[in-house]
Amino acid sequence: MPRTSMEDLTRRSLVQYRAGMIARDVIDCDVHAVVPSVEALLPYLDEHWREYISQSGFKGPVDTAYPKAPTTARLGSTPPKGPAGSSLDLLREQALDAWGSRLAILNCSYAVDSIHNPDADVAIARAVNDWLVAEWLDREPRLRASLVVPTKQPELAAREIDRLGGHLGVVQIYLPARSSLPYGNRHWHPIYEAAVRHDLVVGLHFGGNPGNPPTSVGWPSYYLEEYVGMATAFQSQLMSMIVEGVFDRFPTLRVACVESGFAWLPPFLWRFDKEWKGLQREIPWTKRLPSEYIREHVRFTLQPLDGPPDAQRTLDLIGELGSDEMLMFSTDYPHWQFDDLAEALPAGLPPGLERKILSENASAFYRL
Amino acid sequence: MARYVVASVDELPPGTRKIVDVAGRQIGVFNIDGELFALLNRCPHQGGPLCEGRLAGQIEVAAPGEAFRYTRAGEILRCPWHSWEYDIRTGQSWFNPARVRVRAYEVDVAAGDAVENASPATQVTAITGSGVRTAGISDLRKGPYVAETYPVSIEDRYVVVEIGSASARGA
Amino acid sequence: MTIAVRESVVERPAGTAIIDCDIHNAFPSETSLHPYLSERWRQHADQFGARTYHGLSYPLASEHAARTDAWPPSGLKPGSDLGFMREQLLDRWGIEYGVLLPLLGSGKQLNLEWGGAMSRAINDWQVAEWLDPEPRFRSSIAVTYEAPDLAVEEIRRRANDRRFVQIQFEARTHEPLGRRKYWPIYEAACEYDLPVGMHFGAQGGWPITGVGHPSFYIEYHTGQSASFQDQVISLVTEGVFERFPNLKFVLIEGGFGWLPPLMWRLDRAYGKLKAEVPHLKRLPSEYIREHFWITTQPIEEPGSPAAFQRLLDDLGMNDRLMFSTDYPHWDFDAPDTAIPAGVPADVRRSIMAENARSLYRF
Repeated sequence: MPRTSMEDLTRRSLVQYRAGMIARDVIDCDVHAVVPSVEALLPYLDEHWREYISQSGFKGPVDTAYPKAPTTARLGSTPPKGPAGSSLDLLREQALDAWGSRLAILNCSYAVDSIHNPDADVAIARAVNDWLVAEWLDREPRLRASLVVPTKQPELAAREIDRLGGHLGVVQIYLPARSSLPYGNRHWHPIYEAAVRHDLVVGLHFGGNPGNPPTSVGWPSYYLEEYVGMATAFQSQLMSMIVEGVFDRFPTLRVACVESGFAWLPPFLWRFDKEWKGLQREIPWTKRLPSEYIREHVRFTLQPLDGPPDAQRTLDLIGELGSDEMLMFSTDYPHWQFDDLAEALPAGLPPGLERKILSENASAFYRL
Repeated sequence: MARYVVASVDELPPGTRKIVDVAGRQIGVFNIDGELFALLNRCPHQGGPLCEGRLAGQIEVAAPGEAFRYTRAGEILRCPWHSWEYDIRTGQSWFNPARVRVRAYEVDVAAGDAVENASPATQVTAITGSGVRTAGISDLRKGPYVAETYPVSIEDRYVVVEIGSASARGA
Repeated sequence: MTIAVRESVVERPAGTAIIDCDIHNAFPSETSLHPYLSERWRQHADQFGARTYHGLSYPLASEHAARTDAWPPSGLKPGSDLGFMREQLLDRWGIEYGVLLPLLGSGKQLNLEWGGAMSRAINDWQVAEWLDPEPRFRSSIAVTYEAPDLAVEEIRRRANDRRFVQIQFEARTHEPLGRRKYWPIYEAACEYDLPVGMHFGAQGGWPITGVGHPSFYIEYHTGQSASFQDQVISLVTEGVFERFPNLKFVLIEGGFGWLPPLMWRLDRAYGKLKAEVPHLKRLPSEYIREHFWITTQPIEEPGSPAAFQRLLDDLGMNDRLMFSTDYPHWDFDAPDTAIPAGVPADVRRSIMAENARSLYRF
């Protein structure tokens, strides 16, 4: 399949925009800010950490979720210096302007979860957040951001959320989809407490480097397997959050599944609802069917569109999600998800649903 | 509407149950603290022998990590197949009371002279306490339980089940 | 021990044949295997016994994961009393053939040699106490799959007894099943034209989710579909079906609702990342539809017969679904109610018996 360069894509988008075809309110719920190198974070770190980094030769944590691979950077999105996703100018041109987006939510998957030193974990998370604020949010009013949090001590994650949760540009807490302990576990609850305190969404995002195998059956050989298999990480996390009573304990909590796909959701909920009826005795704080919790508390960003090839079947699949409010538009810039603009949105969406997907659902969910 | 004698009160002390064959359907009769309830022995889910299931109580907890409160011991019936739970008192499923319930029947304790016109029932399975003895071929050969063969007196009290004229499939 | 041989007396009215592709036979006692173990391993069983991973088990929904009405009057454990199993399952439902999946732990023994000895004894026990006395049964070859050399030995040992209709794996293994470690087993499977059956369960030495240890049984049970997905992804991506074009793989007790979205997702991702896997020549979904069979229990309950039909249409594997009860487990599917109304009669027949008859060549 020929890949469309960013230039072609941008040109086509702008033409259509001028022609009034994209005269819509658009909120892009997943664009990426990529830390170009650990050196970029040094201004935001205390002196002893600067020394530690320079003398240990630590180049920053390795995010295996986005290795060298065709999907990591769409053609034309890599700046002259630095990796794809590290340039605000290119983000403006190729994501914000190309779509005429009113707002976009920045996700930074700097793999702090792979850092075992509990203090370095905190320091680097802070540095990433300060970098996001100073070099992205403060420079581009259309951007909002997810906070990166340390993962080794959730009380300290809560402290980081308290530190920056009040910033007007912060809308979400970023939790990588793969973790060392499922996110429903009471261990993580201080994070939800803090999220609720600041009325922030908790975003589970494709990725995660905790050090345990990404599947229940060990380590897969290929990136293709990890990429596809990330859906099972999301499934395990949602299951955990529901059975551990996260939504019973935090009834106002909102959770987004970002870059997760959503075609797997209906059959997941059939099975979950079916089994919960017989197995809920062990989890007596849950009072409703799992699918009810999901429809009330959870949303999904649009890319990757992982539905069937048939356009009508895709529309029916969206109907099977059981609510018009489940999906939120995203480009997942700069990751390669679509070649043609037409591929970014399912074809044939009724106008009301299209508006909800393009911005209204995100507007309501993220309070934008 | 017909009324069927299914047991004498002495056979069904508190905490016990009995499954009987009544007018072509199996019904489980339960004694909870002296009150009697009867349910169709067929789970609305996949048709499992509901009334043979384990008895349990109600567990309440406000939120994960809070204290558990255990009430209504022995009043929740768990289907032996997929563990769907039913409130014996009403037949309503716990998880979705509005939409799923098993057929419940009116149960009465009648004095001896009132049962003369009642119809016989066939004992299928006897269950005492929490043990279950499932019916084998030989149990099914037992004769129908008929009021006529059981000494009747006005001092004795009988357990009588009413069956409505409508079909008794579970909801 | 003398076990009465029973003549098959089941009547099979036309169009109502039932083949049950997932039945669990169990040991009647702690020493059931002893007659089938060599002296050396009998001593080992007595002095040391089974040893597997720690910290990966969860208390079950019911004792022995069984239907509470499946306890035999003999006092033996569910699934261990042949007479009662005949009565409560085979005769009760008029089952023509039943495929046994003995989940007795030989695949996850840390001591691999002991696992191999245990597998051999389990298979001998199956022949003597299940297959010989009951002609309606077929069985699966228990193997120590984490030691492929031992597994292949065991497969060779059983290959001539065609009452063994498949090789048994459990779903949570130490490596994803597409990995080359397991290829010798697939080679033997093809050599002897035996399907590989991967059944729900076990532990592979890792947390039972890819995101750490869950807390509750429901996550162990319902979350098993995640393990099935990961295994299918691995088998396809590693090119197992290119390397072993005759390999047949049965997914047992994993459900199947997750499979259409997985096929869509795999096909799309393959479109972008195919340069990483040049050994693949076809779409992932093509490999899946060609090489997999799936048992029906626990049946998917999408909420309406129309939704179930749509699932069948998405799956496109009406010739591959095979009815199963999972007797004596608590999530048992009854033959008369499991498949929803509205499924066309010919599809129902295929699912209830004919697909299994064709695969296992009864």
